[in-house]
Formats: sequence, C-alpha cells, structure tokens
Amino acid sequence: MSNKVFRVLIAGVCLLAVSVPLPAHHGAAGYDMDKQLTMKGTVREWLWANPHCYMKYDATDEKGNVAHWAAEVSNPTDMIKRGWSLHSFKPGDEIAVTVRPAKNGAPVGQLLKVVLPNGQTLIGWASGLNSPAGGVSNPPEPSSK
Amino acid sequence: MQESIACGKTVLGKQFIGVVAALAFSSGMCAQTAPPQQPEPAKSQKAAPAPRRDLSGIWDVANTMEGISPQGVKSHAPFTAWGADIANNVYKPGDGPRRVLIGRVNDPLDSCDPAGFPRNLLFELRPFQVVQTPNQVLMLYQYQRVWRVIWTDGRELPKDPDPRWYGYSIGRWADDYTFLVETVGLDERTWLDNAGDPHSSELRVEERYVRVDHDTVELTVKIDDPKAYTGPWLARDKLHLTLQPAKTDILEMICAPTEAEAYKKAIADPATK
Repeated sequence: MSNKVFRVLIAGVCLLAVSVPLPAHHGAAGYDMDKQLTMKGTVREWLWANPHCYMKYDATDEKGNVAHWAAEVSNPTDMIKRGWSLHSFKPGDEIAVTVRPAKNGAPVGQLLKVVLPNGQTLIGWASGLNSPAGGVSNPPEPSSK
Repeated sequence: MQESIACGKTVLGKQFIGVVAALAFSSGMCAQTAPPQQPEPAKSQKAAPAPRRDLSGIWDVANTMEGISPQGVKSHAPFTAWGADIANNVYKPGDGPRRVLIGRVNDPLDSCDPAGFPRNLLFELRPFQVVQTPNQVLMLYQYQRVWRVIWTDGRELPKDPDPRWYGYSIGRWADDYTFLVETVGLDERTWLDNAGDPHSSELRVEERYVRVDHDTVELTVKIDDPKAYTGPWLARDKLHLTLQPAKTDILEMICAPTEAEAYKKAIADPATK
C-alpha cells in the first residue's frame, strides 16, 4: 500500500471513528453513509444560514473538468460550537474537502471535513456537539525547511 | 482529484483491518482530524438548595442531542386509526422510522412554519430563558426565537379555544419546587416531533418542572390526545435541564424563508432527483 493511499485510508478511518450524526430535521436519507469523497476545490460561496450552512465550491479533476459542488453542515448555532463562523471561508479559498455524497450521484453532500490552505482542519459532520473547541485542529507549526 | 473511500469493502483487505486494530488501541492516530478530547467533567460540588417557587434563569438540556431529538420521541402510545393514517399517509418526515428522501419531506419547518407547541419541547430544545412576573411565567426559546406565556393568575383554561400555534397555557406551583403547566388549544397543523408523529386539536399537554436543586430542573411532558393516541404517554420523562450562567447569550436560530428556499434549491432538490 502506497503512503498516499495509506494516508487517505487513515483520514477516512479517523473520520469514521469520531463520526456522530449532527441533528437535522431533514435527515440524511439522500446521502450514501458508506462513502466518502476527498477532493481539492475552490470556494465559490459560503452560506451561513438556517436550516443548514453550506458551501458551494468548484472541484477540478486531473483532466481539468470542473464540477460545481454544494455541501452542507448543520445550522450556525451548532457550527459555532465547532469553531466555524461566518468568516470561515471566502470565495477563492483553495481547500481540500471531504464529503459524504448523495446516493444519486449529484454533486451535493454532507461536508465532513475541510482543510484550509494553512493546514487548519475544520470538522463538519463528524464531532461532538458539546465540544466548545470541537471541530478545529490547530494549523501545523511552520516548517523550517 | 477525487479519492473514494468505500468503507467496509473487502478490497481494503488485511491492511485495513490492521489500521482499524491500530486505531482501536491508539487514539492518538486521529489527532489531526478528531476533535480535542473532552476533559473529564470535574466532580461538581453539591449544588445549592433549590430556591422556592423559582424557575427564573437560563436553562439548557444537559444532553444536547437529547434536547434536539432529531429522530423524534423515544416511544409513544399506539396510534388511533386517525393518528396512524396521518402518520403513515400524510406526514413525510426527514428523520425517524418513516423518513423519506430530503426533497420529499413535507415538514412544516421546511417552509419556516412555526414548530409550535409541544414540538418546541420535543425537537430542537436548546437554551431557553424563564422569566417570572407576578401573573405570568414567560419562556423564551432559542429555536425560532419564540416565547410562550403561561398564566399564573389563577385563571382557568378556555373551554373552547380557537387553535393557536403555541396554545393557551396556565401554570401553578404544586409545591415549592414543582411547577405544573397545562396547555390546550393547539393548532393541528403542527407536528408533535421531528419523526412526523401527529397530534390533533384535542391535544392536552401537561408539563412538570421539578426544581431538584439550584442548578437542576427535571422536565416531564405528558401527551393526552385521544384522537391521535390510544392513551396518555410521556414524551419527556425527567429530562435534565441545567442552569446556565446569567451571562449566557442565547443565540438566534431563525428560519428565514428566503434562506430555506435557497437551501432547498442548492441541497435538498439535487440530492433527491
């Protein structure tokens, strides 16, 4: 197993290990709970709103094809507890996104994790509600290299 | 570039099993993605005695998910034929045992209709403030930023009230630490909970707030709706509420129709087609 595949596997398993459902009156019946996609993308819009916050972003594959995605997390009051805010993202931010995609193949999903350019990780649909600092990992120390 | 992880599939093989096993014995491996470990709650000092006939303050459910109850009530009395028909054929909830795909949900909350009472106690019960005046107890809720008036001036419940989203409520102190609230006149259009359990306009609700000590209230909610259920039942049974610091800022949690419509177009509809 290559290091790359191993890293992806570790990330996926870690997410599963801490995953608990966020509340939603809409439920999650449309999402494939057994699948996760990780992709690089560019933020188009970050909507801080009820009933759920969501991000619109563009993901470009190796052939240059652009897919317009939208992925949701919970409402602002829940996400504040996880360290998210109205200002977490802005258009043009380059991010790495992990989502639980729709079963029907549409480019929508539940936003599980976002890695910002500075290395900070925001956990979406995958951590404890009662954690005041939950959902945020500190960016790594600047590399000396 | 996309990388797909089909969890649990056999293609992951022995190495996957090894990783899982390693994780099982090494929580530190998830340090980059897992939330910080919660500190063990300190053994709290014994709470001060409860004040007499006083619920004033900001309260929150000790177990957040229990307050939110996304999957509806834990159990309920059997439906009547009327209740079963509504539950099985009319209401299309997004969660609970009868959940449907997100775009097919017909929950009134989707269009920002009021949650109403008692759904606001059985779904998304988050921080709320209690204010006591000489003749009323006011309850101010975070979810949908609504309030209820509970009359404590000795009046009786109306005999044949027109329905209201939050009904008519009267309250009295059964003893120095137990506040009882009765509510009638409830609008049949509201759902009882997030699982699409129905109620009728015949619904009567009894809330019992027991001030166990200075920091704790136990909330019990009894449902009595002979048109929808075959007998009375408890929708909340001694739900623990914890007194919050006086400086707690109750956040807005408002459904705005324009935002709800935008969410439907961006997320709900595409996920359902």
